[in-house]
Amino acid sequence: MEDEVRLMKGNEAIAHAAVRYGVDGYFGYPITPQSEILETLEELMPWQTTGMVVLQAESEVAAINMVYGGAATGKACMTSSSSPGVSLKQEGISYIAAGELPALIINCMRGGPGLGTIQPSQADYFQATKGGGHGDYHLIVLAPSSVQEMADFVGLGFDLAFKYRNPVMMLADGIVGQMMEKVVLPPQRPRRTDEEIALQCPWAVTGRPDSRKPNVMTTLELDPVAMERNNIRLQETYSLIAANEVRFEEHETDDCEYLIMAFGSVARICQKAMEEARAQGIKVGILRPITLWPFPSDEVNRLSKKVKAILVVELNAGQMIEDVRLSLDQRIPVHHFGRMGGIVMDPDEVLEALKKIM
Amino acid sequence: MNRQDIKQPCNIVETKPRLLNDNTMHYCPGCSHGVVHKLVAEVIEEMGAEHIAIGIAPVGCAVMAYNYVDIDWIEAAHGRAPAIATAVKRLNPSRLVFTYQGDGDLAAIGTAETIHAANRGENIAIIFINNGIYGMTGGQMAPTTLEGMVTSTTPYGRRADLNGYPLKISDLMTMLDGTCYVTRQSVHTAPAVRKAKKAIRQAFENSMNGRGTSVVEIVSTCSSGWKMSPEKSNQWMAEHMFDKYPMGDLKNTVAQESHH
Amino acid sequence: MKEEIIIAGFGGQGVLSMGKILAYAGLMNDLEVTWMPAYGPEQRGGTANVTVILSDSPISSPVLNSYDTAVILNQQSLDKFESKVKPGGTLIYDPYSIHHAPTRTDIHIYTVDAMEASFELKSSKTYNMVLLGALLKVRDLVPVDAVMKGLKKTLPERHHHLLPLNKEAILKGMELPRRSN
Repeated sequence: MEDEVRLMKGNEAIAHAAVRYGVDGYFGYPITPQSEILETLEELMPWQTTGMVVLQAESEVAAINMVYGGAATGKACMTSSSSPGVSLKQEGISYIAAGELPALIINCMRGGPGLGTIQPSQADYFQATKGGGHGDYHLIVLAPSSVQEMADFVGLGFDLAFKYRNPVMMLADGIVGQMMEKVVLPPQRPRRTDEEIALQCPWAVTGRPDSRKPNVMTTLELDPVAMERNNIRLQETYSLIAANEVRFEEHETDDCEYLIMAFGSVARICQKAMEEARAQGIKVGILRPITLWPFPSDEVNRLSKKVKAILVVELNAGQMIEDVRLSLDQRIPVHHFGRMGGIVMDPDEVLEALKKIM
Repeated sequence: MNRQDIKQPCNIVETKPRLLNDNTMHYCPGCSHGVVHKLVAEVIEEMGAEHIAIGIAPVGCAVMAYNYVDIDWIEAAHGRAPAIATAVKRLNPSRLVFTYQGDGDLAAIGTAETIHAANRGENIAIIFINNGIYGMTGGQMAPTTLEGMVTSTTPYGRRADLNGYPLKISDLMTMLDGTCYVTRQSVHTAPAVRKAKKAIRQAFENSMNGRGTSVVEIVSTCSSGWKMSPEKSNQWMAEHMFDKYPMGDLKNTVAQESHH
Repeated sequence: MKEEIIIAGFGGQGVLSMGKILAYAGLMNDLEVTWMPAYGPEQRGGTANVTVILSDSPISSPVLNSYDTAVILNQQSLDKFESKVKPGGTLIYDPYSIHHAPTRTDIHIYTVDAMEASFELKSSKTYNMVLLGALLKVRDLVPVDAVMKGLKKTLPERHHHLLPLNKEAILKGMELPRRSN
């Protein structure tokens, strides 16, 4: 039954995948359009099967600090929210990054700024990829474009988080969160035992056996020399991640004269526009970054040598376009097409925008 | 008789707990933190819990508590210790999990986390140092600052009409079904220290016995913030703080149960 | 085969669940499916619509601006979506709450007296199943058996005693579509 094809919402797929990955703790707070993650987990009652802890916290602030606490003990912990709630989590995210703790944070983006709207958006790209909280740090940012990826990136996210001891953000949006598609869930894995955790995470705060000195998880370092050393160590981790973990997907880029760049669900919309454009004889391809940080700069630069122009399509006023421009070592026209405030562009609008830049 | 003659093992009537290490404490002379740290170390040692103890340190003067007591620690963001303790305990139920928080941390910025952890009846112990002032940042008003008390942000004394009233948050916590034990202690005399230690032991045992949340408030001095000598601070605390924050158990459902 | 469908009406009319059952039926029939709701803050009473795509090849955009088939349950939705049916496409609507009938001549338009049928079935909750039956009659998307399997999947077990009534509603719906242009 484990390979059974199911039909579910992206948010539901995340909940199922979390249980099956063997996640130890989920801490959340309701906010549209991602509440199904907490709701589904409560319905699945994983504490009865895998022993996973699921808790509705009193706020997003509390939830992210629960993740920080759980992660400090070496457990696989996650939280999810939507834009305004993710803003509240930024303090804790900065601490998790500073503590070099593995954790998964999901942002099912909605339109902002402020309380904004509950409709889909991609306006938190800057927040996710450029820091968001205080200090020099990076999250690994994964952008799913299908329900299958919503499920798959839970496991991928934790694998990367533990490999590099760095928090991972899944930057989804209201479309992939709310839509239903076919999904094949990963097989059920057991949660790691305390012995496995002690082996894998010798830094974990677990209670001190006689064999070692106390483990202290702190992000405070009042000696500037030591604090700079901490920063340098973080930057070295980021360099390693940037060198090894860039992920992207391409469609029809072999012969393309124009390149569309889009991430997440918008890349799907652009794909439909591309199909129509190709039918009309326009040679267009798509580059979809899967990791938004690290950004596939080399690939953007490579493709830029063979196309006449790049169209960056986003549900925002132009955020990823900055990273696209920074990737190029020669100037070619880079245009932006975006909708904001919860309006989702349709494939025809993308096609129209493409024709305008030709 | 010289100094070495006096320092014979047979003459030692009080030793430092093993878990309290030799690092020089950064606390000011007369500060209550040092005594409370020692009590925490003693209780953990006496319970044989050093292998399972996990402390959550606050932002405030006790931010570096982990430098002095040789157990595993997590340093929290300001006010968030009860949320962190919640996850640590739920994910590691066999562990002795406690927070160590000041009045600003617990009763101002962390009020929500504190109230909700206690209301869920998390099996954690909360050690709450109430000295009515923000010590670390230089003596600003705390939620527990007494009316009329001079601080760097109430230079003419705290006025209720401007700054609100001193917050008796421990009394508030007694109202929550999740708390099993709420007590108010001090460490300014030898008998008080003994009672405070008993309270900490009780709180730690409650959390290991799954009784719910225990709160040990320790009304404390801050001689630097109060701008008094340590001796005068103790005197001032007994004369003024104890009026607003009287000593003794505010709630003890565990004791009530054992009576029946 | 690829069918791009919009189902639109008021929240509470069963728009989203009708789409869901259709999507499940597609799944049971080994098709690729997407179900994309236009979600709003209201649980009931607001406008609701859902885009369902059934295809035998992978689906790109779940968001569309033109449709092969539209199933329309109220006037606002008709006003909004009549123009978005592809030429040669299909529009199915219940005239019960429609004051201004559709006017296009380049699409196939069917009326379905689904509200009346649900009255006859003495269950207003069968309304969306009547419409689903009508849709399946007009567009041969999935067999009724697959729909029943999908229904069984989406309905909580405590409601499984309602399966026969729903089947009756679907079969009733299949008798109702009337070509109106």
